Amino acid sequence: MRYSGLSVLKEGLFGNKGWKPVWREPEPKAEYDIIIIGGGGHGLATAYYLAKNHGLTNIAVLEKGYLGGGNVGRNTTIVRANYFLQGNSEFYSHSLKLWEGLERDLNYNVMHSQRGIINLFHSDGQRDAFARRGNAMVNQGDDAELLDREGVRRLVPYLDFEQTRFPIYGGLYHRRGGTARHDAVAWGFARGADMRGVDLIQNCEVTGIDISDGRVTGVQTMRGPIRAKKVGIIAAGRSGQVAAMAGMRLPIESHILQAFVTEGLKPVIDHVVTYGMGHFYISQSDKGGLVFGGDLDFYASYAARGNLPMLEHVMEAGMTLMPMIGKAKILRSWGGIVDMTPDGSPIIDRTDVGGLYIDCGWNYGGFKATPASGWCMAHLMATGEPHEVARHFRLDRFRTGHLLDEEGTGSQHNTH
Amino acid sequence: MRLNCPLCGDRDLREFTYYGASVYADRPGEGWSDAWDDLLHLRDNPAGETTDLWYHELGCSAWIEVSRNTVTHAISATRLLAGRGKAPAKGAKA
Repeated sequence: MRYSGLSVLKEGLFGNKGWKPVWREPEPKAEYDIIIIGGGGHGLATAYYLAKNHGLTNIAVLEKGYLGGGNVGRNTTIVRANYFLQGNSEFYSHSLKLWEGLERDLNYNVMHSQRGIINLFHSDGQRDAFARRGNAMVNQGDDAELLDREGVRRLVPYLDFEQTRFPIYGGLYHRRGGTARHDAVAWGFARGADMRGVDLIQNCEVTGIDISDGRVTGVQTMRGPIRAKKVGIIAAGRSGQVAAMAGMRLPIESHILQAFVTEGLKPVIDHVVTYGMGHFYISQSDKGGLVFGGDLDFYASYAARGNLPMLEHVMEAGMTLMPMIGKAKILRSWGGIVDMTPDGSPIIDRTDVGGLYIDCGWNYGGFKATPASGWCMAHLMATGEPHEVARHFRLDRFRTGHLLDEEGTGSQHNTH
Repeated sequence: MRLNCPLCGDRDLREFTYYGASVYADRPGEGWSDAWDDLLHLRDNPAGETTDLWYHELGCSAWIEVSRNTVTHAISATRLLAGRGKAPAKGAKA
């Protein structure tokens, strides 16, 4: 069923009794052309674009829990294209363009809000680095404006500009950046894939990957074996365990990233504001909650909950930057399991097993990549060749030295 | 989370810097080989029991090998990296 203003009006008049479930709940078939392991944002987007762009519909998405129950439903929802390095820059630029047409494409309201992102800087050196980054963004065809202190003050007068440790010198303003409703992104892609005939199978954990003569032949699941010609691993924080079923070790360590939400407040923060010196960033959801977070807890973990030192650090940074939020009450927090690579950039590539592909290593920034990750993984799985904008996301780049070290902190597991 | 430093005793997590899986201490021989790629980049990344390296940066500067569970955060043993193979520190606890 297509959604429209008219359908909302009609359902409103007749008691909202005509809405149908958004996707089917099929039993798994014995065989598919393609199996996607992982029903998160990237997995669902991959299935959607395989169907839409490549006309492949004999596909199953296998999800061990429920659709969109992982990081895509628990993140700080920021969408941006402000990367510097060739390899990252064109990919995130492509992703932002997909975001800009996503609601019309999916016929689903993902509440994409281009409210603008302000990256603050606090020294002459940091200003130069941001000017350079802004130029790279403009060269890529995206938008960036360097604001001085008064320019930042006009947009966000509530910051503490004279804080003693890191006084605000200005900011890099990315107007097309913003936020989106994370759950709706998962649901929109799920619905779009289902409408094109993709089977979305929930509560179906993959327990083994069948390989014969160096080619993948199917998977073992909690609901029995399923054969497949091609298999894509899109399992985020759990990538390591899934890849191990195919005898692979990945350049990935799974870490915790915490985030926090306050009670609902009246509109007070109109943009996304980042404060790199304090490892703090914040926006306000359409429901009114302040959504903010900081850095990793910095040790390998699957606990899906963080520790108090990072929580304390984030609160301190928030109070330093914007003292006005001090009386807001924290409603909840969570710790996502994020798949960290040594250089902080992702992987979309073939593996040494024929027909087996992997899309992982999204670190702490997978949400904004959701459409382009799906687009490029679908291209790779359908054609066997990497997509133009994702060709640098190679699995072997650590061994060969073709790193994508956006932060410039080195290629080691404890540095990103 | 607290870690039991074999030299200093039970200390707050904030005193330590995490360095990743303890395979990092098993350096291969001289010269380039894929073993270096393994050492620097590839990880088992287990959901469960693991052994990793921590540096007591704001304490005694010892390198410590910590056996812990990545799912529960329970810590089962800590020992000095310098004395690998010796018995774990007494009183090691979660």
